[in-house]
Amino acid sequence: MRISLFVTCLADTVAPEAATATVRVLERLGHEVEFRPEQTCCGQLHLNTGYRSEAAALARRFVRVFGDAEVVVAPSASCVGTVRDHYAGLAEGDPAFEREVAALAPRVLELSELLADRLGLEDVGAAFQHRVTYHPTCHSLRMLRVGEAPYRLLRAVRGLELVDLPEASECCGFGGTFAVKNAETSAAILADKVRHVKETGAEVCAAADSSCLLQIGGALSRAGSRVRTAHLAEILAAEA
Amino acid sequence: MKQGFPAAAHDALGNEQLRRNLWVATHTIRAKRASVVEERADWEELREAGRALKRRVLRHLDDYLLQFEEAVTRAGGTVHWARDGAEACRVVAELVRATGEREVVKVKSLTTDEIRLNDALATDGIDVVETDLAELICQLAGEGSSHILVPAIHKNRVEIRDLFRERLGVPDLSEEPRELAEAARLHLRERFLRARVAISGANFAVAETGTVCVVESEGNGRFCTTLPDTLITVVGIEKLVPAPEDLEVFLQLLPRSSTGERMNPYTSLWTGVTPGDGPQTFHVVLLDAGRTDVLADEVGRQTLACIRCSACLNVCPVYERTGGHAYDSVYPGPIGAILTPQLQGVDRAGTLPYASSLCGACYEVCPVKIDIPEVLVHLRGRVVAEGPSSRGERAAMRLLAWVFASERRYRLAQRLGRLGGRPFVRGGRIRRLPGLGAWTDTRDLPPVARQTFRQWWSSR
Repeated sequence: MRISLFVTCLADTVAPEAATATVRVLERLGHEVEFRPEQTCCGQLHLNTGYRSEAAALARRFVRVFGDAEVVVAPSASCVGTVRDHYAGLAEGDPAFEREVAALAPRVLELSELLADRLGLEDVGAAFQHRVTYHPTCHSLRMLRVGEAPYRLLRAVRGLELVDLPEASECCGFGGTFAVKNAETSAAILADKVRHVKETGAEVCAAADSSCLLQIGGALSRAGSRVRTAHLAEILAAEA
Repeated sequence: MKQGFPAAAHDALGNEQLRRNLWVATHTIRAKRASVVEERADWEELREAGRALKRRVLRHLDDYLLQFEEAVTRAGGTVHWARDGAEACRVVAELVRATGEREVVKVKSLTTDEIRLNDALATDGIDVVETDLAELICQLAGEGSSHILVPAIHKNRVEIRDLFRERLGVPDLSEEPRELAEAARLHLRERFLRARVAISGANFAVAETGTVCVVESEGNGRFCTTLPDTLITVVGIEKLVPAPEDLEVFLQLLPRSSTGERMNPYTSLWTGVTPGDGPQTFHVVLLDAGRTDVLADEVGRQTLACIRCSACLNVCPVYERTGGHAYDSVYPGPIGAILTPQLQGVDRAGTLPYASSLCGACYEVCPVKIDIPEVLVHLRGRVVAEGPSSRGERAAMRLLAWVFASERRYRLAQRLGRLGGRPFVRGGRIRRLPGLGAWTDTRDLPPVARQTFRQWWSSR
């Protein structure tokens, strides 16, 4: 399959390892990955902060860049959620744009959706000799409803010990500009998430969103913790 | 300087006792709700039915309201229309004054709290006694409610014991729940027996029959709706349901979502007046107070479907940490974050739509499927469009949009970000970044990567 990568502005800029890992795992499985360099941001930041017309312009750009792609994959549940759940609303009132969104949105997938649901895979040939706990991000849980897909993929990784995260479905407190506008509340939510991560005794906390990992990793790093964060893609790309 | 929600949240977050009380209470109700919802195989169908019924009511609200007025009148009641809170308070005050009474009992009613009816009546020399146990606690403490369903959720037993010792004149009271309830019961029973006027809210009002429904747990509401001679019910116009059989849906959705019970202990239904039985004078005050404006907003109007169950509060990661007072409204939590700005205006409550991480837990539990995150984002758009967002933020967001509009500018910004951040990087991390202190006060920040993804890609 020819898969177009939407890297997301965040992974491109501060967490490229999540994106390079996405490329590696897909190529290892025999797929052709393409990268369209005109892509920038999906517009989520603007949309969720209330800058709707700016978000709509970025949605147009996304649709223009990816419109003819067979399938688009992104290492982020919340960016995919923005395209699939919110672009239709941003396109409202412009029938041509609405049609383009309706045609493209179902072909935009988060990595675990592509691997487990679309390609029907569990074992992607990865090996990772670590104790891992998984944080199912809010948008993968409640917007995309990816359900068990990431867990199935992780369980099939050789050498990986998957440990349950207590209160896993609780938010990490990131929420985009929420983390800055309501920094103290965000930090209070985060403190509980980090406590639960530490309780598992895991060496690595994984998730499908670089943004949530930025939040969780930021607190772990500040606390001098030895627990590190890794994007799901990094684990699935790892080999012995 | 911080204002609005972030400032109020700051105070709440520093209160350890409050945080503990909230954690215990929200987690207990959350677990109870989950178990009674899980046992219903048709829960999703029930939610869908609830949503559809409320949609129908809102779409034809003008017709249903007139139908309701006619039915109440036919049954011997009187309907009053109030454009806003002040008008509703005036109507109620006149009705109470006409009876010559100086004390009224009230069953927990958010709507009357919304319009500050107690304060209005107090200026007329009329005392209102709150009869819901938790509301009574709040009233005695001189505090507002902090939860829709459990108004005193912010207080624990010891705090309540101390309050009762002081305010109810029972110096030997222990913190045993039974003793606390008994002290309140003795205090309230006297008031019930002497009260000749009662004020209630309504959970539902049936358009077809003019029936009013109040759902509660203590039975104190039933005292209010049956003992006095005069009953005045204040109802928001969105509380209508078309027909009595529609209560079947809501009386299943509400208790399971709110208290985590299969059925609530007391459900009172009354229609007009019945000679020789219960209040002989019955008034309904139908309150708009901004609701028709909410109705005019295509995205926002779903907010009016709310049945005040408070399930969204109990699962909200923000509410769980800040409690209800931080929302500075009788409607706290996620539902308050969307209802209050719509009722009061986004200029007055502009920080509330941002008091959410958009995690979506509220939408998942809402018994009438209000897409709260959707409305939050919509209202953020109104905050930006209608003014109160800061100039600095506006400039930053416009600049960023301009950067994202061009691949060349975007690459340049990445390069500038890497260079600009370099002096702040220590051990591969940024521990302090001027302008982003809100983040770096508690969290490290990764610097712009030495090699961005697109650089890696073009170098392969």
